[in-house]
Amino acid sequence: MAMLEVKDLHVFYGVIEAIKGISFSVEAGEVIALIGANGAGKTTTLHTITGLIQAKQGEILFEGQNLCKTPPHKIVSMGMAHVPEGRRIFAELSVFANLKLGAYTRHDKHEIDQTLEMVYDRFPRLKERRGQIAGTLSGGEQQMLAMGRALMSRPKIILMDEPSMGLSPLYVSQIFSIIEEIRRSGTTVLLVEQNAKKALEIADRAYVLETGNIALEGDAHMLMENDSVKRAYLGE
Amino acid sequence: MKTRLQRLLPLAGAALLYGVILLLMATKVLPRSYQQMLPTICTYIIMAVSLNLVVGFLGDLSLGHAAFYAVGAYVGGMILRYLTAIPFGVRVIVAIAAAAAVAFVIGGAFLYFVRKLHGDYLAIVTLAFGEFVRSIVKIIPGTGGSAGLTDIPTIAAGAFPIKYIKAFSWSYVIMVISIFLIVNLIRSRHGRAIMAVRDNSIAAASVGINVSRCRIVTFAIAALFAGIAGVLYAANTAAVNPADFDYNVSIEVLVMVVLGGMGNIGGSIIATIILVALPKVLLDAAQYRLLIYAIALIAMMMLNANPRFTAFKRRVSEKTSKFVKSLGRGRD
Ligand SMILES: Nc1ncnc2c1ncn2[C@@H]1O[C@H](COP(=O)(O)OP(=O)(O)O)[C@@H](O)[C@H]1O
Ligand SMILES: [Mg+2]
Repeated sequence: MAMLEVKDLHVFYGVIEAIKGISFSVEAGEVIALIGANGAGKTTTLHTITGLIQAKQGEILFEGQNLCKTPPHKIVSMGMAHVPEGRRIFAELSVFANLKLGAYTRHDKHEIDQTLEMVYDRFPRLKERRGQIAGTLSGGEQQMLAMGRALMSRPKIILMDEPSMGLSPLYVSQIFSIIEEIRRSGTTVLLVEQNAKKALEIADRAYVLETGNIALEGDAHMLMENDSVKRAYLGE
Repeated sequence: MKTRLQRLLPLAGAALLYGVILLLMATKVLPRSYQQMLPTICTYIIMAVSLNLVVGFLGDLSLGHAAFYAVGAYVGGMILRYLTAIPFGVRVIVAIAAAAAVAFVIGGAFLYFVRKLHGDYLAIVTLAFGEFVRSIVKIIPGTGGSAGLTDIPTIAAGAFPIKYIKAFSWSYVIMVISIFLIVNLIRSRHGRAIMAVRDNSIAAASVGINVSRCRIVTFAIAALFAGIAGVLYAANTAAVNPADFDYNVSIEVLVMVVLGGMGNIGGSIIATIILVALPKVLLDAAQYRLLIYAIALIAMMMLNANPRFTAFKRRVSEKTSKFVKSLGRGRD
């Protein structure tokens, strides 16, 4: 059984159908990339999985449980973390407070401190700046904070929405190597990206989303060799 | 981790301040007109600090805080006035508990019904709700209608300055407890959740905060304290009238919050003291009170928009917190 399985998902904004019946699955331990151009429906897909938007039709199964009617605040304690698009950090709170909020649904105080140390080890930059107001961090640091915050819930799967968006090349490589580390530590990753090249490099499998439909799917390295992918997403 | 000393420091400070004020009152160094003002200041501080919870920490604009003040004043006032079978001391406690509970429920229910609204829309609805409560009060039997509820037994009895010392003392105690509870709420994980909702509601939901419930409960808690402030008002003035709770009261309290700095409890307290005392200080200028408010508000907004002033404020607050930390010998 797949860890996360999406079956025939349809999502509407009013009368506009943004997601037109997509299906995909994520196995435990995988990094799955969901790539596609701006407006393809990537964010909508993630928001539907995490309960921020209701699907009109279809099934979302997480470890066998249907998530369609689960409100967003319950999703986290089931073991799914979401790093929303656009570095949505808590701008007026400290780095430390942001990270603590990542563990909001946890009550094991002692182990939360251990997770915090683990996050600080992975992001030494956040440790240095733990007292700083998050809104004053640089873009790359804010993205790291958003990722660190998601890790604070000790998720089984982490959904990331365009973590490389708007970052300098140096930060982009750093973010992607952190994603690889997260996978090595045993957390499953569903990665939404416009940066198809980088995403395909680290993913096991990938789905290509085009205006609400899945146009292509398969092994990430095979997709990199695919002519239409090369033309449309890799700029070759 | 906070040391015990740090936690108790503000309470010790509050007790010390109480002693000083008491001395000034008993020796009549503080003139009568100022002694008379003290309970009002306590009442308004509770109002401002509780409104700050909504406006500053939760990030929702409320223009109807007076609605819950009215609820508390009437519930408390009617209990004090009519339940004469209960001994007075007990009746005061019953009045506070009942007013707090009713205001909490009404505040929570109100936000439950309008939970989809944010920003300007919510602000307008709260404004309307304030006027709605005022009209409802008039038609409920026992409230005295438009003429108001009179002859409420008051704590402030006796000669000068005993009368004012009594009125101040109980108001002060209730104010200190209220501030203490609100500050503790803000510093808890629930307080952090409230600020998370303010900063970014999608991210708040993504870390597992039930955003709607958080807003409803925070609003209800703010209403609860406004309700307690209402009991202070009723028991100190011995009479309440629907006209005492019109939207000007909500706006005045909002001005205190904005002047003191949104999300800054100490600022709310200082701004309230200044705004309540200022008209008395400038007795002749009392008719210009609203003008002073307006000018002060504009000046503060312009100052707050000035990066150099914000930087200055940040430096001052950093220094202050460093100082407090050194007193408590560090945290973390
Ligand atoms: N809140 C909304 N209301 C209406 N349409 C929306 C909304 N959010 C997104 N859309 C539309 O849905 C489609 C998919 O958007 P989105 O999921 O954000 O794409 P992506 O994340 O792949 O860039 C786009 O056509 C977009 O215009
Ligand atoms: Mg998107």
